[in-house]
Formats: sequence, C-alpha cells, structure tokens
Amino acid sequence: MIKYERSSGLTDNRTHYCPGCTHGILHKLVAEVLDELGVLDHTVGVASVGCSVFSYEYFNCDMQQAAHGRACAVATGVKRSLPENIVFTYQGDGDLASIGIAETIHAANRGENITVIYANNTTYGMTGGQMAPTTLVGQKTTTSQDGRVQSLHGGPIKMSEILGQVDGAAYVERVMLTDVPNIRKAKKAIKKAFQYQIDGKGFSMIEVLSTCPVNWKMKPFDAMERVKEEMVPIFPLGVFKDVMNHD
Amino acid sequence: MSKVLMKGNEAIAKAAMKAGLDCFFGYPITPQNEVPEYLSKLLPDAGKVFVQAESEVAAINMVYGAAGAGKRVMTSSSSVGIALKQEGISYIAGAELPCVIGSVMRGGPGLGTIQPSQGDYYQATRGGGNGDYHVIVLAPESVQETVDLMKEAFDIADLYRNPVMVLADGLIGQMMETVDLDKPIKKRELPEKSWASIGTKHHEGRNIINSLFLDPNELEQHNYKLQRKYKEVEKNEVKYEMINMDSNPEYVIVAYGTTARICRSSIEILAENGVNVGMIRPISLWPYPKKAFNDIPKSVKGLMVVEMSLGQMLDDVLISDRGRHKVAFYGRPGGIVPEPEEIVEAIMTFDERVVE
Repeated sequence: MIKYERSSGLTDNRTHYCPGCTHGILHKLVAEVLDELGVLDHTVGVASVGCSVFSYEYFNCDMQQAAHGRACAVATGVKRSLPENIVFTYQGDGDLASIGIAETIHAANRGENITVIYANNTTYGMTGGQMAPTTLVGQKTTTSQDGRVQSLHGGPIKMSEILGQVDGAAYVERVMLTDVPNIRKAKKAIKKAFQYQIDGKGFSMIEVLSTCPVNWKMKPFDAMERVKEEMVPIFPLGVFKDVMNHD
Repeated sequence: MSKVLMKGNEAIAKAAMKAGLDCFFGYPITPQNEVPEYLSKLLPDAGKVFVQAESEVAAINMVYGAAGAGKRVMTSSSSVGIALKQEGISYIAGAELPCVIGSVMRGGPGLGTIQPSQGDYYQATRGGGNGDYHVIVLAPESVQETVDLMKEAFDIADLYRNPVMVLADGLIGQMMETVDLDKPIKKRELPEKSWASIGTKHHEGRNIINSLFLDPNELEQHNYKLQRKYKEVEKNEVKYEMINMDSNPEYVIVAYGTTARICRSSIEILAENGVNVGMIRPISLWPYPKKAFNDIPKSVKGLMVVEMSLGQMLDDVLISDRGRHKVAFYGRPGGIVPEPEEIVEAIMTFDERVVE
C-alpha cells in the first residue's frame, strides 16, 4: 500500500504561496529529497528575496535568509565554514538571474560545493509582476505594459545555458513541473544535484520552470500550459552540464 | 615578549590570526591589499578559509553566511569598498551576527585617491546601510594599537553579536612599527553560539539566521531589543585616552587615529613654546566617549577638533561638549596628512577657527 504523507523535510507551517503556484510542489520535492538522502539534520538552506523569502519557515532544517541576490555568496560562507554540511539555496529568477547574477556565476565558477534550486517564472512575483530578466519577448508585465521588447529590454536570460559553460559547475539541468512524469523527472534531477554535493563534485543548479498564475493573470491549468507552450521553446529542458558525462 | 617590525595592514592580518580567525572574505582595494594577501597564505596554511570574492558585496554576504554558521569571520576593505558592503552590514546587524570589518580609509568622495584620509567617519559611525543599527567602531593610532584592537574586536563582536569595525587609515595601514603580537587583552566571558545555523542534529529546534520581521509589531520589538544591546555597549565599551590634562591646558585637541598621533607632536612643540594643550583621543568612535568631555579642566578656553576631513567627528564633539566650550576646527581632506606645525598654527589662531 502506498501511503501519502507530508515530508518530514517540511515544517507544519502553512505556506503563503498563491493557488496554482508551483513553489509548493518544488518545496515538497526538495524536502523529500533531503529526507530520502538522510541529510536533513545537517543541512543549512539559504532563503532568498522574492516569493521564496519565507522558505526558511517551510524547510525543516537550519536556514539563513539572504539579502536580495546574495544567496550564493551566503551559501559560500556557510559551506566553506561547514564543509561536511549540505548547503542549498532556493532562489527565484529576479534574485538569481538579475541582481544576483554575479554571485551565481562566480559561485559556480569557484565550484562551490552547493546546490542551487532556481525557480524561473519569468516575473517578479512578490513585488507584483514586474519584468524580470527571464520575461519572454512580448510578455506583458507591470513594467513592460506593451510587452517586453527585445531591442529595448533585452531577451530572456538563460541561466542553465550560461552556467553550462562555467568550468566549476558540476551539474546543471532544467526541468518543469507541469505533469506527473515531469515532476518525477524534476525530483530525480534535484536528488542527483544533492547527491553530487554529497559526493563533493561541486556546484549544481536545477532550474525549474515555474508558474505564476496570479501575475500572469491566468488560471492554474492555463499557466501550466503556458510553461509547456511558451516557456519550453525559449527555455528548453535538459542537462546543460554533467561532469560525469565528460570522463 | 618579543617585538617584530610590521606594517599596519600585516598587523591586522596577524592579529586576526592570533584572535582565532576562521574565515576571511575580501576583495582587493588599495590601501589595504596586504590584509588579504597575508591571509590568503596564513589561513589555508592553518587549514582555515580564505576566499577572494567577486566583489565587496559578495564578500560581506559570505561573512554573513560564515558568521551565521558560528565562525570567527572578518572582511577588510577601504572607503569605496566599505560603501559597497553597507547593505550586508545592515543585514549582519539586523540578524545579530558577530564579525570584524577592517576599514583602511583613503581619500574620497568617489574613487578619490589611495592616500590616507579620515573622510569615512560618518560612513563608519553612521553607516550607509538601512535601519536603526550601530556598528561598534574602534580607531587605532599605532600599529601596536591596531593589533590590540583587532584582537579585542573579535571578543566584542561575539559578546554582543554585533559587527565591529576597526577603522584605520592608509597611513596606519602602510606604516611599519615594532609590535608585540602577544600583548594580553581584556579577558571576557563569551557566550556559546547556540544560535548558529550548523544543522539541527547539533541543537534543539531549527536555528534561523534572519533579519526579516514582516509584522511591524515584531520588528518594533526587535528594534527595542537591539537598542537595549546598544545601551549596554555604550555603558561598557567606551574607550578613549586623556593626554596632558594635568598641565593646566589652555586648549584641548580632540583627534583620533593618525591625526591624534600627529597632534602628540604638535602638543610637544606647543609646550616648548609655553602653550599647554591637552588632548581627548577617542578610541571607540561608536560608542563615542561623551563622558570624556565632562572631565575637561577649568583652565581650558576651547576645543580644537583636528581631522583628515573637513569636519565629521566635529559633530560628535559638538554633541558631547553641549556648548560648554568654544569649538574650533582644523582639517585637511582628500589624502593630505597634516604636519604637526600646521596644527600648532591652528591652535595659535584658535579664535579664527571657531565653528560656532
């Protein structure tokens, strides 16, 4: 008999996430992986600024809350101090790909032995739906009201492709959470990323294409469809770096 | 007790090692480069952590992470770089993390110059980070005092769970003097870091390092808690030196760091010319030694504030003296170090320099 239980990797706190948002699924996957790998009691997570700012309330482990964009720097400080601990960051695209892009790339380049969980929903959710570096061309946001224009605002920045080029990165994969097979794939990728950290292989990042039904002004189901139809062509799924494939 | 000859910047590094430094995170900037250079060798050789960060912003956030993990942590920088660290310093103060920040001042504003200055008194004591917080600021006037204050800074940081800045300038950083690295410092009872985020298997419940309190009532209480701590610091950690006060001085100089050192020579020259001058030398710039101004002899006609800036500590002198004396000012900004004779001349023309 398969019994569904709340993961011990999550606290009993109710999340503040909006209906239809994929942060809930992603939290659950990370929590299950930490539990299944048996590392929860020596894990330190780093929360970022954005919708996931309160993730320190939800992950059932020690946590640090980092300044906007600085999660990878904070995680560097933690991991260098506690090399035997498991250290991860949980960041959105505004945090990781805009204000924190330097911290992210350099942490990867140093091969910091940390795991980055990167939720990309193409907008600033917490502040109310402004244009993000990942916003798709043509996408309407509160600061690109006629749609993002490539020649004015630049195009969506592709972090997995960028980090795939960085020497210190051990494992980089982009996944989505639109259906059960993809959720399973995402969990497998997250587990592999943490396993790489346990094995001391270096920096890993899992980019998770995520939904923001409220700011996208879409029903949850339509938001999932948008991920598949509009995001995946720009942010293709797959493995962008795996040091174990280059032996 | 054996003495060695070393630069102020090297002394910052060596004293930190003596104090049990676990981790250093920094970014190159003149005139403090010898600090990370020495530590990049000393720390890894001792099995400890040195990371040259991608920016001052990253470095101070690495400090946050390592301090949150319970380690003895420091960064160092200079003026322009300290400006970049202000956001992180505010977070560190808000999350009540102990750390030491070495600040070796150069001329400003902007890129300014690499020459010595005291133009960052406001930056150190008022800070550029957001919110009601204080950094404890200690200002040495010699390489020996740099060693002593660096060692004490780590204990003070741990005791109050607060960032402590050791504020030197380019002259102290680059100057060579003989020092005793093992000179004892005040013994303090330091609390266990039971709050550190090191994994739940090491403690009850979850340890969370955080400065976010979305509920304003909670944040207000947090601010009151911080203020109670700052009051304790003001009560216990004021440091200053009174110089030549029993000579029936006509004037009292107020100066810190390199400037105080120069003023010692000016006071000697003035004495040879029959003018007795005393000096208040603040060592803690925050908390400021306000009480020193209660002990100014009756013979004193006025206070002369001397700084390598155009008047920043001057504000604290005016606040502390509360109108009891005429206050005059002499300063050289922009990387110029005043000669002792200039300060002698300033005292001789005191009345022309009165600021209010």
